[in-house]
Amino acid sequence: MWDAFGFEFVNFYLIPGLVLGCIYALGAIGITLTFGILRFANFAHGEIMMSGAYLTWTVMAIAGYAGLTLHPLVAMVPATLLVILLFLGTDKFFYKPFRKSETIKVVMASFGMMLIIRSAVQVIWGPNQLTFVRGIAKPNPVLSDLSNDIGMMLIIPNKHLFIFAGTIIIVIALSYLLNRTRIGKAMRAVSDSPDLAHVTGIDVDKVIRATWIVGGICATAAGVFLVMDVQMLETTMGFRMLLPMFAAAILGGIGKPYGAVFGGLVIGLAEELSAYPWIGDTPLLSPGYKTGVAFAIMVIMLIVRPQGLFKGRSF
Amino acid sequence: MSMGQSNAVLSLNNLRAGYGQTEILHDLSIYVNPNEIVAIIGPNGAGKSTAMKAVLGLLNITEGSVVLNGEDITDTPAQKVIERGISYVPQTNNVFVNLSVQENLEMGAWTRPTGVEARLDEMYNLFPDLAEKRNQAAGSLSGGQRQMVAMAKALMVDAKILLLDEPTAGLSPKYRGEIFSTIQKIKGTGVPILIVEQNAKQALGVSDRGYVLVDGANRHTGTGADLAADPEIARMFLGGGH
Amino acid sequence: MEAYVGYFLYFLSLLTVGGIYAIFALGLNVNWGFAGLFNVGIVGFAAVGAYTYALLTTAESTYHIGGFGLPLPFGMFAAMMASAVIAGFIGLICIRLRADYLAIATIGIAEIIKLILKNETDITNGPRGINKIPRAWEHFSEERFYTSWPMSWFGTPENWEAFFDTLPNWYWQPLFAGTILLVMYVIYRMLERARTSPWGRMMTAIRENEPAARAAGKNVTRRRIEAFIIGAAIMGLAGSLFAQHLRLIEPTNTFDPSKVTFLVWVMLIVGGSGNNRGAILGAFLIWTLWSASELFITGAIDLIGNIFSTLDPSILQTRAGFLRMMLIGILMQVILQRYPGGILPEVRPASPKADKKTAGTTGETT
Repeated sequence: MWDAFGFEFVNFYLIPGLVLGCIYALGAIGITLTFGILRFANFAHGEIMMSGAYLTWTVMAIAGYAGLTLHPLVAMVPATLLVILLFLGTDKFFYKPFRKSETIKVVMASFGMMLIIRSAVQVIWGPNQLTFVRGIAKPNPVLSDLSNDIGMMLIIPNKHLFIFAGTIIIVIALSYLLNRTRIGKAMRAVSDSPDLAHVTGIDVDKVIRATWIVGGICATAAGVFLVMDVQMLETTMGFRMLLPMFAAAILGGIGKPYGAVFGGLVIGLAEELSAYPWIGDTPLLSPGYKTGVAFAIMVIMLIVRPQGLFKGRSF
Repeated sequence: MSMGQSNAVLSLNNLRAGYGQTEILHDLSIYVNPNEIVAIIGPNGAGKSTAMKAVLGLLNITEGSVVLNGEDITDTPAQKVIERGISYVPQTNNVFVNLSVQENLEMGAWTRPTGVEARLDEMYNLFPDLAEKRNQAAGSLSGGQRQMVAMAKALMVDAKILLLDEPTAGLSPKYRGEIFSTIQKIKGTGVPILIVEQNAKQALGVSDRGYVLVDGANRHTGTGADLAADPEIARMFLGGGH
Repeated sequence: MEAYVGYFLYFLSLLTVGGIYAIFALGLNVNWGFAGLFNVGIVGFAAVGAYTYALLTTAESTYHIGGFGLPLPFGMFAAMMASAVIAGFIGLICIRLRADYLAIATIGIAEIIKLILKNETDITNGPRGINKIPRAWEHFSEERFYTSWPMSWFGTPENWEAFFDTLPNWYWQPLFAGTILLVMYVIYRMLERARTSPWGRMMTAIRENEPAARAAGKNVTRRRIEAFIIGAAIMGLAGSLFAQHLRLIEPTNTFDPSKVTFLVWVMLIVGGSGNNRGAILGAFLIWTLWSASELFITGAIDLIGNIFSTLDPSILQTRAGFLRMMLIGILMQVILQRYPGGILPEVRPASPKADKKTAGTTGETT
């Protein structure tokens, strides 16, 4: 039943695809919220993700000096706060001046932020790779045994379990926020129509702050999950992740957070599964082109169905 | 100006305003008394909707003032104006399409977040159709029902005055009638209403007073009945069709 | 005397690289200044131009296709054409996209181009890149060239070798710099003519008030694609010059969007967006700042390294590079906020523009 095909497929293609998908999904949530509520493509999002990862590493390093070993998910908390401050700061000084100008200005500003933040990280932490060691890379023995008993064997390292669990928790929390809290509903309202929200008396500035906060939490999580998965940090991470995350947001429909989650999973899976030897012995797509998959999907969406799968806003 | 002005709920006094350097309203004066329905009618481009936007602080006001219950609200930003009790229903794009009817009403109550439950019940009594559709997305409703949602949403904040911008635009005759009877119901709850309308005849039919605007300035004023009966005005816009 | 030669050569290098960037900026101005297209894929067109030129002019090699031995000007022309063709395809697909979507699309396409260059190793030698790219004027002194036509007509290899021995080894630099400046000047004049031509005035009309232009029957899409292609062709040409300057190119590090794409945008914004003169000014200004700041910071770090002997200057040097990038980024933000027109703002005929306030209370303009 569970032959070599299944084993290899699930453990080396499907699961990594889902993991990558979770990371893209979390990043895309922030992007789609910014796109929907603030109405621009935030090119700095990838770099902020990366900053979150670097800050988490630093927290763990500092704790290490003090003799403590912190789990990344714990170290993530202070890092998230700093990332939120970073988001709010860049908004106040670099994006807010352009709220009433053409979109292009704020996009250019975000492009500039992308560079400034990346350079800052390179200055502070240096351009070399840093290892993110956690000893969580070993496959989870409980899960392996359990699944082996059923007739399959799932080799899932603990780090992946944390990533899956973390993503699910964040998505559930987000859903609660957007559907059951006043500020969450206001976020959906502003995403629908900022003008109407304004004349309804909604405090749009507060909604914008909330957007950056939620985006910051999701971005930090995405960044930390990414470095947990690949177990290293480097300064090209941010830009590398940016395009697939944009693709995921566009695929799901701009302004639709669930769409972003779906889009992220699809793109993550597509990227990993494209290297699988579906037909014959060689990978369907040469692994060097993996990163192009996301982009190809995005261009097709932009031409064929710009409002995305979940009917977000088109342009 | 006539006597009713001093205890007016809302008055626009000798207003000159426009977008940037372009002046659209020229020395405009309008007032609404308590328990009144006042209609602003006029040809296309007369500046009717613009007059409403002036109240909300969305325009560049160069001269004159806007006063709400004795308080000067000229140039006050929209959110503050709404907190003071002005409720505005724009002509288009007046509901949050992806939010449910109830969520739309909840958003309407943003500036007054206490006692929302009670006011929701009031609204569902006033607009029974909406009660059954309360969990449906506002975007999936018909034009007329959407207009109802828009009005109910505007009423969630204990409005001192309701501004309606062309509430019957694009609606079928059946819904037009419903809207106007709803407007009268609202008046019955004690909220004065200022309507901008293309549909002059029906608007004057429910209004206590009316203003005819042409090219951003006052042209005629009078009671609803008088204006409706005036042959010159009839010639201007009340000709068949509407 | 040596020192003066050194200063002279440094000055020439500023003119050379500044000139190349000026050509990039002029190309970008056709996209942005003429047609309002937010093209963030500059590095992609640069790569296409550079690789086309390299593959057509380098000697035969086992690592990549080559050995065509085509004349250098032909290589540069081909670089322009290749960029133009690719821009044509991209334009057909993407030209209707709104500003930020076009930005995402062009950045993505640039990355795909680089991916292809990296992966198709048989053609391009993949990540190892192509070296020994012939540099205009310097190439004359290379054996490959003086042993073959046309130089072989005018003298024997020994004569040529002896001739080049008499020249200082930097003889080609003024010529190279001069060529680049000449190319830049020619392109500048052509673009100025274009700007005041009926085509140029139509582009301005489209950029200022698209709905009106459409209503007047102008084929807006077609004009935009034209502007996209022309700009890309110029960038391709600049790419080929870039390849000549570096003599070694490879797909990832040479064509780093932060260095090429972003720098060119900063140059255009600072110099004066929408403005050919501004493009040139911005290019030389920013490049000089960039280059000079390198000297300055290197010197400062050496000084600090001498004073604080515990600090390792080499680490600081690498990080200083990133600091410079950060400062350039901040400079751009400042200019964007305070002097949005740039140093040389565009001089345009007055046109009625929709006032910002009607754009909605939170800046929604669509």
